[in-house]
Amino acid sequence: MATAALADSHAEHHYTSTGLSSPKIAIWAFIGSECFFFASLISTYLIYKGRSVVGPFPHTPWTNPATGEQFHAILNIPVTSASTFVLLMSSLAMVLAHSAVVRGDTKYSKIWLGMTALLGATFLGFQAFEFTSFVHEGLTIKTNLFGSTFFVLTGFHGAHVTVGVLWLLSLLGVDMKRGLGPRDAINVDICALYWHFVDVVWIAIFTLVYLIQ
Amino acid sequence: MAGQSDSQTMYDSHGEAHALEHAHPDWATYKWVAIILTVITALEVWVYYTPLKETRLFVPTLLAMSVAKFAIVVMFYMHLKYDAKLFRGLFVGPLIIAIIVLVSLLFLFGHLALHV
Repeated sequence: MATAALADSHAEHHYTSTGLSSPKIAIWAFIGSECFFFASLISTYLIYKGRSVVGPFPHTPWTNPATGEQFHAILNIPVTSASTFVLLMSSLAMVLAHSAVVRGDTKYSKIWLGMTALLGATFLGFQAFEFTSFVHEGLTIKTNLFGSTFFVLTGFHGAHVTVGVLWLLSLLGVDMKRGLGPRDAINVDICALYWHFVDVVWIAIFTLVYLIQ
Repeated sequence: MAGQSDSQTMYDSHGEAHALEHAHPDWATYKWVAIILTVITALEVWVYYTPLKETRLFVPTLLAMSVAKFAIVVMFYMHLKYDAKLFRGLFVGPLIIAIIVLVSLLFLFGHLALHV
């Protein structure tokens, strides 16, 4: 009887011989591979750091010798600090959403899933503002080595956040349609793991790109 | 009998794995984690605007705070502290290799390169 129930449970949740669910093993393996992906982008940024021949530069002002045009240090630490705080709070909202789904509390699962998606979208808004202001100030992906490595690194991170927001919105859609309950906890957990990983990558980027000169 | 015993052992092992997989911190822990992360982030930004920025302690201080934030999120929000060891291996293994590769590349081509 117990074995039959266990077998049913396994069939439903795709448990492996380790007793752990396949989707969860898959997402951790995926996150492990993402470590390599972001490490390669971060190492490229760090290798080329300080090797740009022309400005604008991230932390120091620059005057174009040909035109006499002046550029200030391009990184805006207060704005990025605010966006970092927003992303950290989105992780808190995500764990609360997962907790609500585990409890079967559909009211709060909707609120926290919506809040996480909203905070993620706010972070993307900050990034769009930053990219736009950089372009207006004369820094594009082809201006110098800093521009190339910076836009590729933060752009790929932003793409990951975008995927996360879409994932969250799809979960919110399901929650609104039929309600997410304890049976769906594993699906929300997988989305949460992806979201927190995006958060920890930003923790590294914020320090290595924005704060360390 | 032996088969039944094996089945029971497997059931126990699965039950333990499931329990591990679903173990999560409580609301109070999440709240404190959020407060600690906010405080560390504020400290990072504060350090950026202090004279410490001009000293040799600046980079190690920022790196230490960043590593602390990284570890806190992974342990509590990603509940790796409470989860099965296999998940820990799947994440920490590639992470260590990625860090080694990153540092090696910095020694080969970056600012840590030995110019001989």
